[in-house]
Amino acid sequence: MATTTPAAPDSAEDPAGAGEPRHGLRIFLLWVVPAIAADLLLWFVYGPHMPPGGMSSSAASQQFDFKVMAVLATPVVLFVLIFSGYAFVTWRARKDDDSEHDGAPIRGHVRVQVAWITISSVLVLGLAGFGTYELIAPNGAGSGEGPSPVWNPTGARLTVAQMTAPWRPGHELVVQVIAQQWLFTFRYPQFGGVETPKLELPVDTPIQFDVTSLDVIHSFWAYQLGVKADANPQVDNVAYTTTRQTGTVNVRCAELCGLWHGAMYTDGKVVPAAAFEAWARSTQAQLASVTKTLPRFALIYTPNEIKGLNKLYYQAGLPGAGGGYYPAQYYPYEP
Amino acid sequence: MSLLARAVTLLVAFLAVTAGIVFVVVHILLAKPPTVDFTAGHVAGRPVDMTVMTDPVNDVSDHPDWVSYFVRSPQTGKWVHSTIWQLPAHTRINVTAYEFDTCDPLRNQVMGQVTGTIGGVMSVSGETIGVNGKAISLVNSDTTCGVAHTFTVPSLGINVPFAGVPYAVPLSKVCSLGPCAMSFLHTTTTFSFVTPGPGEYRWQCFIPCGLATVDGNGHAMSTIGFMTGYLDVVS
Repeated sequence: MATTTPAAPDSAEDPAGAGEPRHGLRIFLLWVVPAIAADLLLWFVYGPHMPPGGMSSSAASQQFDFKVMAVLATPVVLFVLIFSGYAFVTWRARKDDDSEHDGAPIRGHVRVQVAWITISSVLVLGLAGFGTYELIAPNGAGSGEGPSPVWNPTGARLTVAQMTAPWRPGHELVVQVIAQQWLFTFRYPQFGGVETPKLELPVDTPIQFDVTSLDVIHSFWAYQLGVKADANPQVDNVAYTTTRQTGTVNVRCAELCGLWHGAMYTDGKVVPAAAFEAWARSTQAQLASVTKTLPRFALIYTPNEIKGLNKLYYQAGLPGAGGGYYPAQYYPYEP
Repeated sequence: MSLLARAVTLLVAFLAVTAGIVFVVVHILLAKPPTVDFTAGHVAGRPVDMTVMTDPVNDVSDHPDWVSYFVRSPQTGKWVHSTIWQLPAHTRINVTAYEFDTCDPLRNQVMGQVTGTIGGVMSVSGETIGVNGKAISLVNSDTTCGVAHTFTVPSLGINVPFAGVPYAVPLSKVCSLGPCAMSFLHTTTTFSFVTPGPGEYRWQCFIPCGLATVDGNGHAMSTIGFMTGYLDVVS
């Protein structure tokens, strides 16, 4: 095993450096081949199988981000491992080496400083620009954008009247996600406001999710669609995606919301547009009597403010159940 | 204080804290209602009859003012304060539910429909929503305030809303001692469903009936043994 001093080989002050092998070149050659091989494997072999898959535009966008991140990070990890291994194998302190002081400080090396700042700036600004573009421009992030979305696939936020107009294949489908302890239901305003406990979507269709809650904070996470949006009471949180593949979607709550949070999940499906339309029409007809009992479609609901309920509680001398926000002494009386 | 006194004080304090921790763990964290077994003596292919009641109060727990389910033991015929029911797999379960509580509107009216039962219906009698004895598939709790509690198993798609006792009746006729006597005003709901394969299936009530808690889902709604539990389906 070779034993050498830790001094830099090109140091003019270290005559021993003259006989040193070119460690930098060796490390580079040891690193570059596995780094390129690993990146190619990651991009072309494992990449297409990375989560969350490509079932929707936002899922594919997130998968692309993961691929880019993996391709950038893997060479760094490999470099650290290879450099550490090389150093461990190559460099040793001599028994008679009693120099424990630092080397000569580097000062005033303008080229190094300029190169450092330039490369850092290009990397940071480039990644920031790339990330921002990827987040907004092509597919959306798949996350909730609040009630006034900055980005949407059609260029304009739909009005409630547009959201309740009959759906036509190929056009944007509006799905209202209603969370409550401990269940998700899905309302389709373009199909008469029918509400079901199952999520069904047409393929190759832009989807607008309007996510809200009837009680506490939940989070709608449609894993294979790459959509995750908080469900807040009294808030319409809008998220967009475009379905690209048929298949099963797992929906879970991603916000700790009480006793049965862990059991707050359901399944959904992305199906051909014709199958979706047939399902939606039959469900609309089948649940017509239930739909009549639902409140008119709105972006948010206030189930705790049922007219007359407070009066009933007051007359009965009961505290406010039924989802009341306040204990009895604060419960507002409705004359 | 002498050394001995200090040592004894320290020991007593240590034992008191330890006892407190043990009490919390055993009495609260590990507390679990008994499993009511409907599989003992069950003959394959035969239906199982199960009787439950929902009460506005209970006098068998540390929380007498919490609403609660009770289930009738098939072995003793007595009411048991439990929401863990062991059922045979792939078996028809005939449920009779006595409901003694007053009504509350559903938070989401979609839970007013009957789903997952055989025929998608339930039969209600002794109640106030005008369908005495008829098989129905929907209750609008907003217009009639007709639902007191539900029996809902989300993973099985089962949802049965129980019609409630109206507020307008004299309080003397409303049950105030649980398990309730049949002499108090109540409704009777019957329905049937078929159990799936073995597994644990959580169920809950979807009326936010946790009185005076934020959003109505605290207390009884969040405690197994009261308004939520699970079906322990075994082969």
